[in-house]
Amino acid sequence: MKKEVILSGFGGQGVMSIGKNLVEAAVAEDLEASWVPSYGPEMRGGTANCTVIISDERIGAPLVESPSEVVAMNRAALAKFEKRVCPGGTVFVNSSIIPDRVARTDVKAVYVPCDEIASELGNPKVANMVMLGAYIAATGALRQETIETMIAEMFTGKKARLVPLNLEALKRGMECGKPA
Amino acid sequence: MKREIWKGSEAIAEAAIRAGCRCFFGYPITPQNEIPEYMSLHMPQSGGVFVQAESELAAVNMVYGAAASGVRAMTSSSSPGVSLKQEGISYMAACQLPAVIVNVMRGGPGLGSIQPAQGDYFQATRGGGNGDYRTVTLAPANIQEAADLTQEAFDIADQYRNPVVVLADGLIGQMMEPIVWKERTPRKLPEKTWAACGRGDRDHSNFITSLLIDAPACEAHNLELAKKYAEMEKNECRWEEILLEDAEVVIVAYGTPSRVAQTAAENLRKKGVKAGVFRPVTVWPYPYARLREIACRESVKVFLDVEMSLGQMLDDVNLAVGERKPVRFYGRCGGAIPHVSEVERAAEEAWKEAK
Repeated sequence: MKKEVILSGFGGQGVMSIGKNLVEAAVAEDLEASWVPSYGPEMRGGTANCTVIISDERIGAPLVESPSEVVAMNRAALAKFEKRVCPGGTVFVNSSIIPDRVARTDVKAVYVPCDEIASELGNPKVANMVMLGAYIAATGALRQETIETMIAEMFTGKKARLVPLNLEALKRGMECGKPA
Repeated sequence: MKREIWKGSEAIAEAAIRAGCRCFFGYPITPQNEIPEYMSLHMPQSGGVFVQAESELAAVNMVYGAAASGVRAMTSSSSPGVSLKQEGISYMAACQLPAVIVNVMRGGPGLGSIQPAQGDYFQATRGGGNGDYRTVTLAPANIQEAADLTQEAFDIADQYRNPVVVLADGLIGQMMEPIVWKERTPRKLPEKTWAACGRGDRDHSNFITSLLIDAPACEAHNLELAKKYAEMEKNECRWEEILLEDAEVVIVAYGTPSRVAQTAAENLRKKGVKAGVFRPVTVWPYPYARLREIACRESVKVFLDVEMSLGQMLDDVNLAVGERKPVRFYGRCGGAIPHVSEVERAAEEAWKEAK
């Protein structure tokens, strides 16, 4: 098993943290994982991205040319990374703010209205958790229970009240990601 | 043991504290700011001292002073900042003071770029300051190794009373991976009877200087230092061999490019090209002897040196391989990271040409 993912979006949309969540969940499942942030002038405004690899073997190159999945949280991300997904791979599109459809026919497209669902749930900040749900449902790369445990451990003390909200966001995302 | 997720720079900082480093002096520069940031919070909590100095020069001289007093001390920077520290490193080598200098390399020369590079190889392995001196130079290729080697660096520094360089590239500094904080067995180290930390009950004052104004005295001092460097060469060489047993094309790379090379070698093997990777972990001392042995193997047809610089380690590969086998080169620089497909192509071409 090897997943090579590029996640991209505006700063503040949580792409870096979706990436970190994937790594944390992978480590919880005894897999190897790596996370590389975009580290250039672009992180000072504009679109940020990170590359995550999850594997059951030692990870070599931590950057990828043709990822198995691309997670696009904004329009610029889709424009930049759609062309790089490997044939047969999957593009996740935050359809709340990206009006475009995936043009390529040799990749799967999963449309997730992240921000709409997050707003429905009453907190726009959980848009990234919706996308994480869609990702694990569509790829089967990580178990739902692993993410749920992680969410429970992520929000403790005063923040513990955020656990049900995030679990719900995860679930709604999974519904979007489930293969038809 | 529990695996924890750490960013390279923070793992280096935490490793230093765990190794007993109690003085950190630095000056900010991208892409290693997470080291001083981490130190600023955690060093005081560990009973140590964190100072953001007014310049790199000040920082390295604070390390010089702290090391002279016998404390485990460290500084970190990135390429242009490390250039500024060379004077202090030369002085510490001359005075036989242990210290750890971390260089998270970025694109150069000059201010260059803030992305990962390896253009400081010559500086790190040839002694970047003046005079005849050497520094053991450790080059981690993953975060586990960054943590392990940084701890080891303090032991090596104390054992030989010499500065040790941790030479990471910007990608190792920025990436996150799971690591395990292993139980370490520290080396058996001599007492620091030389430290200038107050005369106490001693019958003499410890005096630390790099000035030996008479040539014979200075030469004798250099020859003493040279014995230590010979010891380091004998004892401290490290490397890793990946898929090398039956390899026909041997990719030589350290740090991030060695990981790219590993993936390239795996891909090439699927295509029937027997590729392997030789990864120096210490770039000084360089594992010449082992690389030479590999060059003597009948199965080995060609070497490909891969760097994020324009052929600096290539000199060492050539020194080791000599005329035994052809040596080819592929490099990116200025903050560009070689793609797997580029390394694959270069290795395959070298292999075809040599067959």
